[in-house]
Amino acid sequence: MLKTFPIGGIHPSESKISKDCRIEPMPLPAMVTIPLSQHIGTPSEAIVVKGDRVLTGQLIGRSSGFVSSNVHSSVTGTVMAVDTFVDQGGMRRPCITIQTEPDEWVPGIDLSGNVVRECNLSPAEIIAKVAAAGVVGMGGATFPTHVKLTVPTGKKAEYLIINGVECEPYLTDDYRVMMERGEEVLVGVSILARAIGVDRIMVGIENNKPDAIKHLAQLAPEIDSRIEVVPLKVCYPQGSEKHLIAALTGRQVPSGGLPIDVGAIVQNVGTALAVYEAVQKNKPLIERVVTVTGQSLVRQANLKVRIGTSVTDLIEYCGGLPADTGKVVAGGPMMGRAMARLDVPVVKGMSAVLVIPDESARRQSEQLCVRCGKCVSACPMGLEPYLLSKMVRKAMWNGAEAHNITDCIECGSCSWTCLSALPLLDYIRVGKAEVMRRIRARKGR
Amino acid sequence: MGVLAYTIITLCVLGVLCAVVLYFVAQKFKVYEDQRIDEVERILPGANCGGCGYAGCHSFASTAVKADDLSGLFCPVGGEDTMKRIADMLGKVAPVREPMVAVLRCNGSCAVRERRNEYDGAQSCAVEAALYAGETGCSFGCLGKGDCVSACAFGALHMDAETGLPVVDQDKCTACGACVAKCPKMLFELRRKGPKDRRVYVACMNRDKGAVAKRNCGAACIGCGKCVKTCPFGAITLSNNVAYIDFNKCRLCRKCVAECPTGAIHAVNFPVPAQNAEAATEA
Repeated sequence: MLKTFPIGGIHPSESKISKDCRIEPMPLPAMVTIPLSQHIGTPSEAIVVKGDRVLTGQLIGRSSGFVSSNVHSSVTGTVMAVDTFVDQGGMRRPCITIQTEPDEWVPGIDLSGNVVRECNLSPAEIIAKVAAAGVVGMGGATFPTHVKLTVPTGKKAEYLIINGVECEPYLTDDYRVMMERGEEVLVGVSILARAIGVDRIMVGIENNKPDAIKHLAQLAPEIDSRIEVVPLKVCYPQGSEKHLIAALTGRQVPSGGLPIDVGAIVQNVGTALAVYEAVQKNKPLIERVVTVTGQSLVRQANLKVRIGTSVTDLIEYCGGLPADTGKVVAGGPMMGRAMARLDVPVVKGMSAVLVIPDESARRQSEQLCVRCGKCVSACPMGLEPYLLSKMVRKAMWNGAEAHNITDCIECGSCSWTCLSALPLLDYIRVGKAEVMRRIRARKGR
Repeated sequence: MGVLAYTIITLCVLGVLCAVVLYFVAQKFKVYEDQRIDEVERILPGANCGGCGYAGCHSFASTAVKADDLSGLFCPVGGEDTMKRIADMLGKVAPVREPMVAVLRCNGSCAVRERRNEYDGAQSCAVEAALYAGETGCSFGCLGKGDCVSACAFGALHMDAETGLPVVDQDKCTACGACVAKCPKMLFELRRKGPKDRRVYVACMNRDKGAVAKRNCGAACIGCGKCVKTCPFGAITLSNNVAYIDFNKCRLCRKCVAECPTGAIHAVNFPVPAQNAEAATEA
């Protein structure tokens, strides 16, 4: 009997149509737009000015707070502007634009292909290197990794959990990373374990990726004997931190708590690779694997893309935007967001560009709630989505708070399962933000 | 016969006993409420809109009765008449406040503000604003899903199908502030209704730089500052690329309206210009 988390969950069609496309490096773009805020927390501060020449891997944005992250130049070239750009949602954000020249790397970065397994650094040194390289959670949440690795005093980490679940339909970037860079990922995992001082390491992979499970399970003993590769039953949203912990250890993160409260730290496989490159190769986080996929797209691909490359370039590289396109989504179909414009840069947390044809992109018209309770059984957090969304519509903030709206992980299982096509998550998301604002205001007083 | 009499007597005794107990209980737990509160509440419109800043009409009434004077208490829905009646009844001085009205500080109609993408989510401004900037290039303007219309308890708002913007019916608007609180883009403002209902205001909240604002909306305030220079009364200030007219200083001369290059400054309820004046007076 395969492990999974105890309540709720759904199983949407997997549609991993790009899973056999090898990772290919995308040609250098003519121009990159590097946002200064690609992570959760305070934006970094630009330390270059217009006209400066920067090298590939050079620090251009310095972390400006405890929860913040460094930003590096992903190309060699001249800084054209330190200005703002309009992001995928139409909001203005600070960024640095650089005109590209042929690559000239910052000295000290190891560009050879050989895998360096040995790591004798102390935890503090590892964390400092991870922080310097600007590594953030690559699964999409983009929480600065060095902050996550700094275990708060009074708490103890027992488990390091590596997220190779990739439960979102269509996404294959983590899968390809595990298949092609498996050795480096596992060395990265071993370094992460060293940084936080744990002995129990589990890599959770869903059972729909048997070759990745086999590949990593074969490699694991020779790299670090403590690494245990655990196959999991396919169930969305298993890639959520709390659910992965529940599936692997049986422990429940308390409401409002963090994984460290149950002694676990969760990192994505993509993050493990970035940590490996930061620590063993001195290479900052300047590129990532992005899945470009969609039923009507000419060519599916898993591209190794420099941060700051325009999404338009990615789509052009894969044969251009199909005529029947309805939506282009940044991320997976469940949690990704439709993009209002495509001339936006790839950022550290962008795992995929998904092109959805018009007929399947449209929402169905809303019907009345028939009280079938499907959303309640689908909710992996054990909430009552129909009730919460109703409360939000009626501005019953106290009620929504009492029914734990702030525990919602915004996985979208409720909306996906709703017979009446109700936009349950849309309202819950609005309500969650409002309730959190109220809680903050109350605490501040 | 004996049974019947016995039953009647028992019930009567029981009834009297209960009445006595209830009387003492009622005396013990009596809640004294100033009867004037009810009377004041009867004078109030009873909309329970919260526009006065209190939870509802009853809460307002009890505050008004307990307060030493009525300053700071004003029912925007009932207006001066209602406040005067309340003041007369309570023997206090009625507060004077000029009538206010809600104005929409956006003029990005469909004609001047091009739609660049299509929103397909829940038909609610709050939801749309939580997701992204909106269907047009302007991230400050009206989203047009009508959250304000459903928030208005007085039917003073409706969506204009042609412009895609909400329209305030100034005769129905009570300046309760429900739309001001509801709009996620904070586009409504309560302004003085003005003499003969005439008022001048900047119908734009776009804080982008001029060139960007103009590219996204033909009716945007571009922050050029011409109105600031023109205003003889120093009523106009410019901050974050948007002009704002202080209605306490504005004397309704409308020099700024003529000067504004994009037509972002609105003057409402003024008589029509000279060539049409005759026709207007005849009508």
